[in-house]
Amino acid sequence: MKNRIFLISIISIFIIIFVIFYKGLQNSNVYTPEIKINNKIPEFSAELFYSKKLIDSSELFTLDKFYLLNIWSSWCVPCRQEHSLLMSLSKSKKVNVIGINYKDTKNNAKFFLNELGNPYEKIIFDKEGIHAIEWGAYGVPESFLIHNGLIIRKYIGPLSEQLIKEIELLIK
Amino acid sequence: MKILRLFFIIFLIFSFSHLKANNDEIKNTITKNLRCLICQGQSIYDSDSEFANSIKVLVDKKLTDGLTENQIYRYFEDKYGEWILYDPLFNKNTYFLWLFPLLIFLMSGAIIFKNFKKPN
Repeated sequence: MKNRIFLISIISIFIIIFVIFYKGLQNSNVYTPEIKINNKIPEFSAELFYSKKLIDSSELFTLDKFYLLNIWSSWCVPCRQEHSLLMSLSKSKKVNVIGINYKDTKNNAKFFLNELGNPYEKIIFDKEGIHAIEWGAYGVPESFLIHNGLIIRKYIGPLSEQLIKEIELLIK
Repeated sequence: MKILRLFFIIFLIFSFSHLKANNDEIKNTITKNLRCLICQGQSIYDSDSEFANSIKVLVDKKLTDGLTENQIYRYFEDKYGEWILYDPLFNKNTYFLWLFPLLIFLMSGAIIFKNFKKPN
């Protein structure tokens, strides 16, 4: 009787361990931070790209408007892909496009904007990449749709036509 | 008087370098306990990715701003979720992880204890 209990408990422990590991196999081992929606925008002060003036986040984002904050860099290839979409979005009067120039040199960034156009109303110069981290980003490009001081959507990776349509629907 | 002034300057320099060393130590501890999200499997301390380098700068900045080690962990947890910490917190998602080894330890202890007692 005792041996039977021992055997059953050993087998059940093995089954439990097997199920745990088997379930674990199906999980992705690449972690992407969960997208938190309706989070408050971070408070920061940063240097503007052209005027070199220090600006506070409260001055950048007024409450009643929609903003699309886009983190970009001249060395980032997917940023080139989405740039034309940002250019078309910037023509809309309902949304202001703000840029964070991530770990770039000013010369390269200016060259990039001269070549492809400047969709940004204002650009924050983020030489050390710390402002991107304040926004919870971990790469380029990333975009945040902001309204009333809240992040209402976060897009990791380049924007697509479909995502632009989604943004246009949201800001209507 | 001159000697006294010299001593004072030397004392000041030493105390500042000590402070800096202390800050570096905390910075290393913090960056070793933060996971790099770009090169997963490496800590921020080990990684040389753009993301990791920015986090190192930010940790330095937060320490100079006077934040404690714990406050810095909470800051990054708020931005990227608990996964960024190598040392998971005790909450409803992790209580099994923390308590299971303890349970196994107690159970095996009880079995050994019972078996030892038997011959007598």
